[in-house]
Amino acid sequence: MFYMFSGIILICSLLTITTRRILRAAVYLLCVLLATAGLYFMLKYQFMAAVQLTLYAGGIVVLIIFSILLTHHISHLFEKPDMTKLIMGISAAVIGSVMVIATLLTHPFQAGTTTELPVDMTEIGNQLLSTGKNGYVLPFELISILLLAAMIAAIVVAKKEKNKNSEI
Amino acid sequence: MIQGIPLEHFLIVSTIMFFIGVCGFIIRRNLITMLMAIELILNSVNINFVVFNRYLYPDQLQGHFFSLFIVGIAAAEASVAIALIINIYRNMKNIEVENVNEMKF
Repeated sequence: MFYMFSGIILICSLLTITTRRILRAAVYLLCVLLATAGLYFMLKYQFMAAVQLTLYAGGIVVLIIFSILLTHHISHLFEKPDMTKLIMGISAAVIGSVMVIATLLTHPFQAGTTTELPVDMTEIGNQLLSTGKNGYVLPFELISILLLAAMIAAIVVAKKEKNKNSEI
Repeated sequence: MIQGIPLEHFLIVSTIMFFIGVCGFIIRRNLITMLMAIELILNSVNINFVVFNRYLYPDQLQGHFFSLFIVGIAAAEASVAIALIINIYRNMKNIEVENVNEMKF
């Protein structure tokens, strides 16, 4: 099961950056996000998987597809990237991934020996809103302010300017 | 540990996904495709956080909350970025990266 999910993730993420039709790239990105939610289910983090499904696969991908439809023709094809950029990108990716994989295969990880915490909604809610040990109320408040700011910024940026000629 | 899958396999998958995202960020010139590459990168980091939490510290929830906050920040970032992209398209009629330098004074 894990190998199926990771195969979907790797193949679809490769297709996301190599396909020449932008709408297909968005659909492949959706496949990657769904397979990631499957990995979270395998790790028994149901809440995280639900957030991934609703926010990423439901929200962000729909937003991206919307903006693609607003700014492109469906039949629009990318031009091929020029050779130097292609070589630079692929060599950066290959060198970086070989280095990181070599490092993490030689690093000894100490597996946790403590008992697993059952991750249910009560535990998540208590820890998210407590101010004591293992409490996350400060980042919770910060991210709420950040989301409010992002909402206002998106409205301000995307608003059409008023017609200046009408005042004259 | 979990169904006989070692920790390293998860990490290898997320590493390859991260560098595919980096590669896509370099070779594409379209703003929306670059945004998708950023989503790939954030997603791979999320996998890392969750897997470390489950395998190394299963009695705590730090990695879980970190990835929750990362998902929230990714949503905020995507909404602002798409508002900017639509505005750029309105002014310049395309969204290639090379044309954005017309915004310089």
